[in-house]
Amino acid sequence: MENNLIHIKNIHLAFGGTQALLNVSLEIKEKEILAIIGPNGAGKTSLLNCISGFYRPYKGEIIYQNMDLTKVAPHKIAKLGIARTFQNIELYTGLNTLDNLMAARHIHMKRGAFWDGIYFGPRRREDIKHRKFVEEVIDLLELEPVRKKIVGSLPYGQRKRVDLARALCMNPKILLLDEPMAGMNVEEKEDMARFILDIFELREIAVVLVEHNMDVVMDISDRIAVLDFGTKIAEGSPDDIKGDPKVIRAYLGAGQS
Amino acid sequence: MINGNFKTNYEDEIKIFQTTFVKFWLVILFVGLIIFPLVADRYFIYLCNLCGIAIIGALGLNILTGYTGQISLGHAGFLAIGGYTSAILSTKLGIPFWLAMPLSGIMAAMAGMIVAIPSLRLKGLYIAITTFAFGFIVDHLIIHWESMTNGPSGITAPRPSLGVFVFDSDKSYYFIIIVMVILATGFARNLFRSRVGRALIAIRDRDIAAEIIGINLTKYKIQAFSISSFYAGIAGSLMAHYFDVITFENFTLMLSIQYLAMIIVGGVGSILGSIYGAIFITLLPELIRLLTDLFRQEYPSLTTRFADLKSVTFGLIIIIFLIFGPKGLYGVWRDIKVYWKNWPFTY
Repeated sequence: MENNLIHIKNIHLAFGGTQALLNVSLEIKEKEILAIIGPNGAGKTSLLNCISGFYRPYKGEIIYQNMDLTKVAPHKIAKLGIARTFQNIELYTGLNTLDNLMAARHIHMKRGAFWDGIYFGPRRREDIKHRKFVEEVIDLLELEPVRKKIVGSLPYGQRKRVDLARALCMNPKILLLDEPMAGMNVEEKEDMARFILDIFELREIAVVLVEHNMDVVMDISDRIAVLDFGTKIAEGSPDDIKGDPKVIRAYLGAGQS
Repeated sequence: MINGNFKTNYEDEIKIFQTTFVKFWLVILFVGLIIFPLVADRYFIYLCNLCGIAIIGALGLNILTGYTGQISLGHAGFLAIGGYTSAILSTKLGIPFWLAMPLSGIMAAMAGMIVAIPSLRLKGLYIAITTFAFGFIVDHLIIHWESMTNGPSGITAPRPSLGVFVFDSDKSYYFIIIVMVILATGFARNLFRSRVGRALIAIRDRDIAAEIIGINLTKYKIQAFSISSFYAGIAGSLMAHYFDVITFENFTLMLSIQYLAMIIVGGVGSILGSIYGAIFITLLPELIRLLTDLFRQEYPSLTTRFADLKSVTFGLIIIIFLIFGPKGLYGVWRDIKVYWKNWPFTY
């Protein structure tokens, strides 16, 4: 239990009469890539939203650093070192790439509006310090050519990458990735998989990956949890999951196993 | 030929004034601003002062509406609070202008925080309605709280003085306004290239994603409201001590709309845009007056219709900008700059 970062205990989530998550328990461990898979509407994104505080489960708890995340505001969860990306890319479209990433250093900067307005002196030094951190991330994710481009004008694949970079700029302990490869071509998918592995090796952080693409999931994850209709139907190593009859049934329909 | 403006360290890259060319023109502008009141006649200085006050107010509105995305129809209310606070403090308590002005800014900022509270749970149009209602509440208070505000007859605030010198001419007041404009512009410019500014823009562009990077929406929305209304308070205070008398008529809904027009025409979410827009909208009535004077011989009815003409042109200009130049004058300026930089290529 000592290498458990987040312990999700029996959470239930419902939207009106629709049960989105039913008694889901899961552990997120240090230094591993955990993939969450499942058919459409299985509750994968809902689970991520519970961890990052957007959804409040009506039952159960999510324990992280001796705190129950289901009772913590989203911006405080970010401060605790949990970063995420979005399925539909939620970037600050009016800012350029660099400012999007600098914005993500928010939690690591201290001074408020007054110092911002004065700017010169301590504020400026702080900005330069954080700029160096951001440039490292830009290097890592190969975003140099789009550094000064307005994010709204970037193509889809690059925006996905900026989204990942932004999460990384928060210097998180846990990285939640919501379908980082959705809608990408093969080359972009390969790039993204390489980036995820690079990040994982370099930063030694826990990565939680929600993804539809089975090949990628099987290749890069250490452990896989499978959701179907809001319940966890299987958990284990990629090889275990491949042969699990319940998983095959969930994906291919009943009677196929 | 200049191929680009390359930097070798981060210190250089975050400088406000990037090239010597820009610095050169800024010095020219600065010298021009100093010399202007010494050579121009009183009427032009008066117009310039109005522009200066409008610039401070428009910057304030742009911080809230342009950068944070909270549409405000109650900007005049904050100006009124600033103006009346300053006027009341200096007439009833004899507090000097130099103290009354910042105090009126703080007063307006506190009002801004109060307005921000209901706005926290609202978005878009609903915030517009809340602030709209706030504007009316302030108007109502000014008219009916006669013991404090003299009701409809208004207050005459004294001109500021420093020792024996009284800033009673347009020329001397010009310098106060210019200093305040420079301070206000500098602060806003710095704000939006660092932490809090980025947080505010993040809230405007995608509030969910702002929360996810650790931005406290409540705190920063309240901050946006209070900084914006602080600017409005300062602008109101400058108005109060400049005009012979201020009444509720100076701060009607029309003024709020005028400020919105300034940032739409100038450029939403742009510091330079606020300045262009403020100047444009302030000088527009004068321009119309000039034109009506020009055609007075041929069409004598024009002069009597001046007020109608003003409102119609006003509306038309807003519509034209919304359709043809949603980025405002600033956008047009930038497009021209890019065009000349790349000429003869198209991009």
